[in-house]
Amino acid sequence: MKLLLLIAVLFSFNAYGQDDLLKALDSAKEESDFTIATFKGTRIINGHSAETKPKGTLEFIFSHRFGRISGGWYTLYGLDDAFVRIGLDYGITDRLSVSVGRNSINKTLDGYVKYKVLRQKTGADAFPFTVTTMGGVAYNIYPKANSDIEGFETVDRLAYTGQALIAKKFNAKLSLQLMPTFIHKNAVDHTFDKNNQFAIGGAGRYKLTKGTAITAEYYYNVDRIHPRYYDAIGFGFDIETGGHVFQLVFTNAVGLTERAFITETRDEFWNGDIHFGFNVTRTFQLKKDKKGSKTTP
Amino acid sequence: MRYFLFVAFLFLKISSSISQNRYTVEESMVTFFSDGIVEDIVAENKTVTSIFEATKKDIAFLVRIKDFQFEKKLMQVHFNEKFLESEKYPKSTFVGSIAGFDGSKEGVQHVTATGKLFMHGVTRDIKIPGTIEKQGSKLILKSKFMIKLADYNISIPQVVWQNISEQVEVDLNFTYIPF
Repeated sequence: MKLLLLIAVLFSFNAYGQDDLLKALDSAKEESDFTIATFKGTRIINGHSAETKPKGTLEFIFSHRFGRISGGWYTLYGLDDAFVRIGLDYGITDRLSVSVGRNSINKTLDGYVKYKVLRQKTGADAFPFTVTTMGGVAYNIYPKANSDIEGFETVDRLAYTGQALIAKKFNAKLSLQLMPTFIHKNAVDHTFDKNNQFAIGGAGRYKLTKGTAITAEYYYNVDRIHPRYYDAIGFGFDIETGGHVFQLVFTNAVGLTERAFITETRDEFWNGDIHFGFNVTRTFQLKKDKKGSKTTP
Repeated sequence: MRYFLFVAFLFLKISSSISQNRYTVEESMVTFFSDGIVEDIVAENKTVTSIFEATKKDIAFLVRIKDFQFEKKLMQVHFNEKFLESEKYPKSTFVGSIAGFDGSKEGVQHVTATGKLFMHGVTRDIKIPGTIEKQGSKLILKSKFMIKLADYNISIPQVVWQNISEQVEVDLNFTYIPF
């Protein structure tokens, strides 16, 4: 017994090793981390991703859709035509973004507010997915004067979108997203369109390398009443280099507001009426953080 | 027997207080600096923890990769997502011992740390020069060394390589207080 005690006492001098030091550090620290980079950009193909811009960053986004590839040699596979949106996105906080944009289709001005309500995180305080809400408004500058169309009023130019973007990054490569969307258009032709339309979207991305990924996006419009319009579908390829993201896309939609691509897509993807296009973004850091202050992009 | 136990217990207490001549971090700052052709990249991490065992001169560091703060948030995302892959390798550690430190002396002492640096899934034996300054009960540790990215399987995608040099300078600045 005495011997045992003595050994115990002596042993206590060397009762730790270098690795125990590390263990002491490790056990002292268990924090949760917000999941980053669920998607490369704030857009997937035509619609939004759950990503918002980090605080103080400004993103210039230029989206371009050519004409139908099915136009063949006569239209140089659609390259003769162009549908564009030029936009600016800004992060007010890490969770709140605003944007303004101008579309060539119907000369639409659009604006939105996007807020990350819930954030996916791992660790001690884990949460399985991200939920971002988006509220947008689109104003058609076309027609030039109300009097161009009989009975047309200024309010008829407006449309609103409310959307939830529910995203999960399953691993470093795979992210999936669900987008229940509600669109209200102030004025429609009731023979083939409804004022209130609900759509459910699904999208995903799969990273091929550290800087490239393939993407897909589909919006199913539940309130479709006329075969004149089709669901928006798209496939894309993301390339990220430094401050740029290039998204090369193939889609049947040419509009870049929710109103335009979810409710007013006139081409049928499976009929070959596909448009090649791209979204190019450039990010600028306008406000620099005070050194050392902790933020999660 | 009881008396013996008491003495033994006392002895244990004393011995443990000797063997645990430990210091922990009051303030920490790890900075890395990479000078690129287009722009310099600087990041800071103030949440690094460390323990220094002054009797045996053993030291350990634990760095959370996500806590490196960049001025440009997009760079921070790229750093975590593409280069250090912090979701896969959230922590970097160093465990080793310090040679050339005399706890009884005041003032600046030049020391060398030898040990294992674990980063991005790779463990390497390294030797880091530095200084320790004793200020009363506090110890100030400073060090500056280079890390070759290729040594830790950190690859820079072709298109952005011009922006990032193959070596980064790491700066340590720690204030230790008795545990």
